Amino acid sequence: MSTIVVFLEAKGSEVKRSSLEAITAAQGIAGGGSVVGIIVGGTSANVEKTGEYGLHSCSIATHSLLNNYSLTAVAATVAQFAQSVGASNVIFPATVTGKELAPRVAIKLQAGFIPDCVALDVQNGSVIATRPVYSGKAKITVKITTDIGVYSLRPNVFTARTINGASPVQIKDFAPNLSNDDVKVTVSNIVRNEGTLDVSEADIIVSGGRGLKGPENYHLIESLGKVLGAAIGASRAVVDAGWRPHGEQVGQTGKTVSPNLYIACGISGAVQHLAGMSSSKVIVAINKDKDAPIFKVADYGIVGDVFDVLPKLTAKLTH
Amino acid sequence: MNILVCISQVPDTTTKIAVGTDGKTIDKTGVKFILNPYDEFTIEEGLRLREKFGGTVTALTIGGESSKEILRTALAMGVDKAVFVKDEAKDDSYSIAVNIADVANSMSPDVIVVGRQSIDYDSFGMASMVGELLGMASISVVSSLSIEGTSVTAERDVEGGKEIVQASLPCVISAQKGLNDPRYPKLPDIMKAKSKPIEERASVVSTSRVQTLAMELPLSKRVGKILGDSDSDIAELVRLLHEEAKVI
Ligand SMILES: Cc1cc2nc3c(=O)[nH]c(=O)nc-3n(C[C@H](O)[C@H](O)[C@H](O)COP(=O)(O)OP(=O)(O)OC[C@H]3O[C@@H](n4cnc5c(N)ncnc54)[C@H](O)[C@@H]3O)c2cc1C
Ligand SMILES: Nc1ncnc2c1ncn2[C@@H]1O[C@H](COP(=O)(O)O)[C@@H](O)[C@H]1O
Repeated sequence: MSTIVVFLEAKGSEVKRSSLEAITAAQGIAGGGSVVGIIVGGTSANVEKTGEYGLHSCSIATHSLLNNYSLTAVAATVAQFAQSVGASNVIFPATVTGKELAPRVAIKLQAGFIPDCVALDVQNGSVIATRPVYSGKAKITVKITTDIGVYSLRPNVFTARTINGASPVQIKDFAPNLSNDDVKVTVSNIVRNEGTLDVSEADIIVSGGRGLKGPENYHLIESLGKVLGAAIGASRAVVDAGWRPHGEQVGQTGKTVSPNLYIACGISGAVQHLAGMSSSKVIVAINKDKDAPIFKVADYGIVGDVFDVLPKLTAKLTH
Repeated sequence: MNILVCISQVPDTTTKIAVGTDGKTIDKTGVKFILNPYDEFTIEEGLRLREKFGGTVTALTIGGESSKEILRTALAMGVDKAVFVKDEAKDDSYSIAVNIADVANSMSPDVIVVGRQSIDYDSFGMASMVGELLGMASISVVSSLSIEGTSVTAERDVEGGKEIVQASLPCVISAQKGLNDPRYPKLPDIMKAKSKPIEERASVVSTSRVQTLAMELPLSKRVGKILGDSDSDIAELVRLLHEEAKVI
C-alpha cells in the first residue's frame, strides 16, 4: 500500500492549519494507504493533535544542521524521509516555506511537481490535481507521470477535518544524513511585523482601495477590521501611493489569500486584484459604483459610499 | 560578474482567456503577448549587478519563435547577450528548468536571476528547481539583495514579516516587486536592439513529468446579493453574514 508524506509546519506551539488541511487532503487520495507526517527542527509544537486528523505517524527530524532553518538542508531531509518510507506522494502546504521547498524536493526525488493545487482527486487509480492558471482566469487538471508525485496545496481551500475515533499518532524520530554541503542557504533572522495579523494567515480580511481617498481615512478600515478580528489588506493602487505597506497588498503582485470572508472597500476589482482574492470563501464588496467589476465576484454587495457605510457597519457589528 | 537573467513571455494581464481547440491550452488567436511583468525586475536586477560589479548580463528565454520579442526588450534595456531556446511546451516548468540549467552549465554564471512567478502558469518554483538542478543556493521572492565578495544577503517576504537569508555565490534568486525600479528602454536603444544578434540553442529534450488533461474556465460565477446603503440594508448584510454565510 502506498504511503503519503505530508510536510508539517508549526507556528509556536501549534501545527499550522494549512498543514492540517494537507493531512485531510492526503487522506482523500490515500485509498487504503497511510498518511505520515514529517516536521523539521526541534519543534515544541503539539504534534499529538495531528492524530485527530488521521495522521498515522509523525516523524520529528533533528540534526545539528537543522537548528537554523536552511532550505537546502530541509529539502534533503524531506527527500530522505520520503525515500525511507517509500512514499508515492509528498504533499506540502503552499505557504512561503512550502512553495520554496516543494520544487527542490521534487527534483531530488525525480518527481513531477504540481504547485498551488485547489483540488486533489483520484480517477482510475491516478491522482488528478486541479490548479488555477492565468491569474485564476482558467484552471487546469493535471496528472503526474512519474512514480512519485509532489504537490503543494493552496492554504484555506481544503478543509481540515478531524476523524472520529482516530487512533493516536505515533511520534517518531528521524535522523537525516546531512553534511555542511547541504547547507547552502540559511535564515539568519526573521523580522516580524509586530502586532499586526498578516493577510496570508487571516480568516477574515478587510481591504481598502483608492476609494478611501487618503491614508488618513484608513482608520475606517482598521475599526471594521478590529471588531471582526480581521487582517488589513490593500489594493496595489493604495500601496503604490505609499498609503499602506507592501506586505498588505493583495493580488497578483502581492499576496494570494483565500480567507473565509474578504471585505473589499473602495476597490474596483481589477483582474490583478481578483487574482489574489477570488478564491476567498465569501466576498463582500462596498463600492459606490454599481458597475464596479468587484461586484461580479462578490457574494454580497453594498452600493454605497465607504465614508457612510463603514462606520455604520462597524457600529452594527459592535453590538 | 557573470549574470544570467531568465525571462518569459506571457499573455497581457488584461487578456480575456479562451480555451483552445485542444481543450488543454489557451486559444492564442488575438492574444497580446508581453514580457512577464516580474521579469522587468529580473532584467533590471541583472543590469544593476553589472553596474556594481562589472561583467556581462545574458538574457535567456525558452519558448516559441515569437518570444524572441522579449529578448529584444532585454537588449534594449541593456543586456549584453541574448539566448533563445526554441521549445513550445510551456506548461512544464521542469523542462524549462532543465533548459535553464543547461544554458547555465555552459556559461558558469555567478548569479542567476528569475522572476517570482510568471503570470501564465504562476508556478513560483523556478529558482528552487534551477538551484537544485545545478547544486546551487537559491532564494525566492527576494525584495532586497546585497552581495559582498561571495556572500549574499537577501530579504524575502514571509507570512507576517521578512526573513533575512544568507548564501554564497553562485546563487539563484527570484525577484519580487520592490527589489528595484525597472528602467524603460529608450527609443534609440529599442531601434539598435532590433539588429543585435540572438544566439539560438537547441532545447534539451527532457521527458515531461506532468500531463495537462484539461483546461476550463471557472464555472462558479458568484450570484451576488446586491444591497443598498440604508440602515436596513446594512442590518441585512450583517444578518446574511451571520445566518446565511455563517462567516462571522
Ligand atoms: C502587472 C500588474 C500587476 C498588478 N498587481 C496588482 C496587485 O497585486 N494588486 C492590486 O490590487 N492591483 C494590482 N495591479 C493594479 C490594478 O490593475 C489596479 O490598478 C488596482 O487594483 C486598482 O486599485 P483600486 O481598486 O484601489 O483603485 P481604483 O481602480 O481607482 O478603484 C477605486 C474604486 O473605489 C470606488 N470608490 C471611489 N470612491 C468611493 C467611495 N467614497 N465609496 C465607495 N467606493 C468608492 C470607485 O468606484 C472605484 O471602483 C496590477 C497591475 C499590473 C499592470
Ligand atoms: N519559458 C521560460 N524561459 C525563461 N525563463 C522562464 C520561462 N518560464 C519561466 N521562466 C523564469 O521563471 C520565473 C518564474 O516562473 P514560474 O516558476 O513559471 O512562475 C519567471 O519569472 C522567469 O524568470
